[in-house]
Amino acid sequence: MSATPIATTRSSAGMPTGLLAVWWVIASEIVIFGGLLASYIMHRLAHDAWSAHAANTNTWIGAFNTLVLLSSSLAAVLGHKAAEEGDGAKAARQLWYTFAGGATFLVVKGFEWAMEISHGYTISANTFWSFYYTAAGLHATHVLAGIIIMAVVARKAARNVDLHHVELIGVYWHFVDVVWIFLFPLLYIAK
Amino acid sequence: MAEAVPAGSQDPHGGHGHHEQSFWSKYVFSTDHKMIAMQYMFTGMAMGMIGAFMAYAFRMQLAFPGMEVPLYGLVSPANYNSLVTNHGTIMIFWVAMPVLLAGFGNFLIPLMIGCDDMVFPRINRLSYQIFLLSAIVLLASFFVPGGAFGGAWTAYPPLSSEAQYSLTPMGSSFWVVAVALEFVAFLMGGINFVTTAMNSRAPGMKMYDIPIVVWMIVIASILFMASVGPLIAGAIMLFFDQNLGTAFYDPSRGGDPILWQHLFWFFGHPEVYVVLLPALGVTAEIIPVFARKKFFAYKTVLYTVFATGVLSFTVWAHHQFIAGIDPRMANIFTVTTLLISVPIAEMCFVYIATLWGGSITLSTPMLWALAFVAEFLIGGVTGIFLGASGADIYMHDTYFVLAHFHYTFYPIAIVGTFAGFTFWFPKMFGRMMDDRLGKIHFWGSIIPFNCIFIPLFVLGMAGQHRRIFDFNAYPDLALPWMQHTREFVTIALLVMLAFQLVFFYNVWKSLRKGEKASKNPWKSNTLEWTTESPPGHGNWAELPTVYRGPYEYSVPDREEDYWPQNQPS
Repeated sequence: MSATPIATTRSSAGMPTGLLAVWWVIASEIVIFGGLLASYIMHRLAHDAWSAHAANTNTWIGAFNTLVLLSSSLAAVLGHKAAEEGDGAKAARQLWYTFAGGATFLVVKGFEWAMEISHGYTISANTFWSFYYTAAGLHATHVLAGIIIMAVVARKAARNVDLHHVELIGVYWHFVDVVWIFLFPLLYIAK
Repeated sequence: MAEAVPAGSQDPHGGHGHHEQSFWSKYVFSTDHKMIAMQYMFTGMAMGMIGAFMAYAFRMQLAFPGMEVPLYGLVSPANYNSLVTNHGTIMIFWVAMPVLLAGFGNFLIPLMIGCDDMVFPRINRLSYQIFLLSAIVLLASFFVPGGAFGGAWTAYPPLSSEAQYSLTPMGSSFWVVAVALEFVAFLMGGINFVTTAMNSRAPGMKMYDIPIVVWMIVIASILFMASVGPLIAGAIMLFFDQNLGTAFYDPSRGGDPILWQHLFWFFGHPEVYVVLLPALGVTAEIIPVFARKKFFAYKTVLYTVFATGVLSFTVWAHHQFIAGIDPRMANIFTVTTLLISVPIAEMCFVYIATLWGGSITLSTPMLWALAFVAEFLIGGVTGIFLGASGADIYMHDTYFVLAHFHYTFYPIAIVGTFAGFTFWFPKMFGRMMDDRLGKIHFWGSIIPFNCIFIPLFVLGMAGQHRRIFDFNAYPDLALPWMQHTREFVTIALLVMLAFQLVFFYNVWKSLRKGEKASKNPWKSNTLEWTTESPPGHGNWAELPTVYRGPYEYSVPDREEDYWPQNQPS
């Protein structure tokens, strides 16, 4: 159907519909990660023995990934700024930097996991590792989804189409960052 | 409005009226909210028939153990378990939610707030498609090796997590996947409902001009979004326990089965309100229309609902009083549970106050609405028995609990649905329903319903435990009066199911020969009654503007006793 419903163009709440929806998506995601992390923290408090397992995570790789992911958010912000100024080409370029950050994050994580699994730390090795892979895996799924959507938005933005989507994917990307900021200390630093 | 609108999309009625849609694009892949509402509603009703058939099969087994059940055959213990499990799962997730939340939500929100569709029509369609897929996955679980999951709809580990206990290695995973898909569908739908109601209201419609049912569906969607997350995480963990050998819920390897109970009920209790609120909203729309009176205390009801929503997150552990939680903790949850009955009781009083002094017409929708209030009251009052941790220790897992939650869910899922369906039938299909047949169906459903569940309260207090396949194995529970009561209950169920045929006949007859419905057959105020019955594509030729609240009935000094929201004063 070619005709766009009027409903999609209204803005009674004073906020663009797309942005409003992204905030609601994030609200529902917060409780998903919240439930998982709360379960992890409660278990962790009840099992002192987990520190021994947690000591086997590689803090340096985690720290490197944190740096990559947080820096990629800067590009997302610059992309948003460019989009607001109507410079689609620049916005697209910034989004590709963000994309590169997300992709690096996933590649590093792949190597990290391969190394850990080869040492016998599989998802079923111990409940700590179960939580480790489940939480980081759920987050990595979000990173993957994020960079796929980002590629679509960047391709459109380069042609100055749907520039307001740059802000939406940026907001989502910051959320993915914030989740990692919780995961990093909980899974890597707490020993 | 900084949002960029693609050029050429400004005229929404461009394609209006002069293109014939094919069968597929009109009925199957439609993005029109009304068609998606119908899809949800009829899928929900079809699942309801399946769920009712399951109830029929296991009730026959309970009343006449070992009997060859007509149309089903012999009910084995494993069959019995999977039937009761999936009866519960289907009735809550595949009947109450699609019909009340998604069906009425999709149909009513755009029509009641005066716009032409949802804000994300294609996500709306995707939401239904995922929902349909989830229903297929659930039903498919009956045909996999080992059969369907039979560890009760609450899916407590270890029954759900370890195949050596459940004996349904694939059925358990299908169950989790189906439920997870269903959650995804409703998250999409919920975000659509909330953003539509927030952003696409007709010009002039302020927050407090929104009809209560829209408020209720929006708040229910928010409750769903805020509560389902931990269970999604829990479902992922359960799936990993089943298939990847993790031990999140296995205490012998460092896990904790109580964790699932917390995650499940943190969702499960707000879920009661997720389905209750739309039913309360439907009732709130019907009662003022047939009492010809302004809704009593509109704003108070909204504040009450907000309070209920917040409180509903603090009561979940009342399902776990005997699961080994700290008794001091149980005290806290007893207090919050008793507290939450206050706002719900208040709502019942508000409905009664709305009726007070009105000129009441006992039409079919009104009968259903009044029955909702009356029957739900019984469910609510018996809930107080169970909310008190001391009493619950005795009552837990008896038929008293079962009768209690059927006294809440039956009014919600069945009475609320029929109330809304008979009320909006003229708007949905452009024909009036037969009132006489509607009343026969009403009494034929309500009287047997009470005959089913009041005896179950009695059996529960006598100690009859839930989830028992054949009571003859327990001499204390196989006394003659108990067995006779079970037979009476099953016969009442058969009578109730038989009367549903009247409903289907009524729908079939009314669709073909019913009197043509005018725009506003009930003389109601809300916006959906200002357009054609049924509304065309785009809902209105010209979208309405709103001038007043939705419940201005019998305003003094006016000739007519109603005052539509879109009528300039």
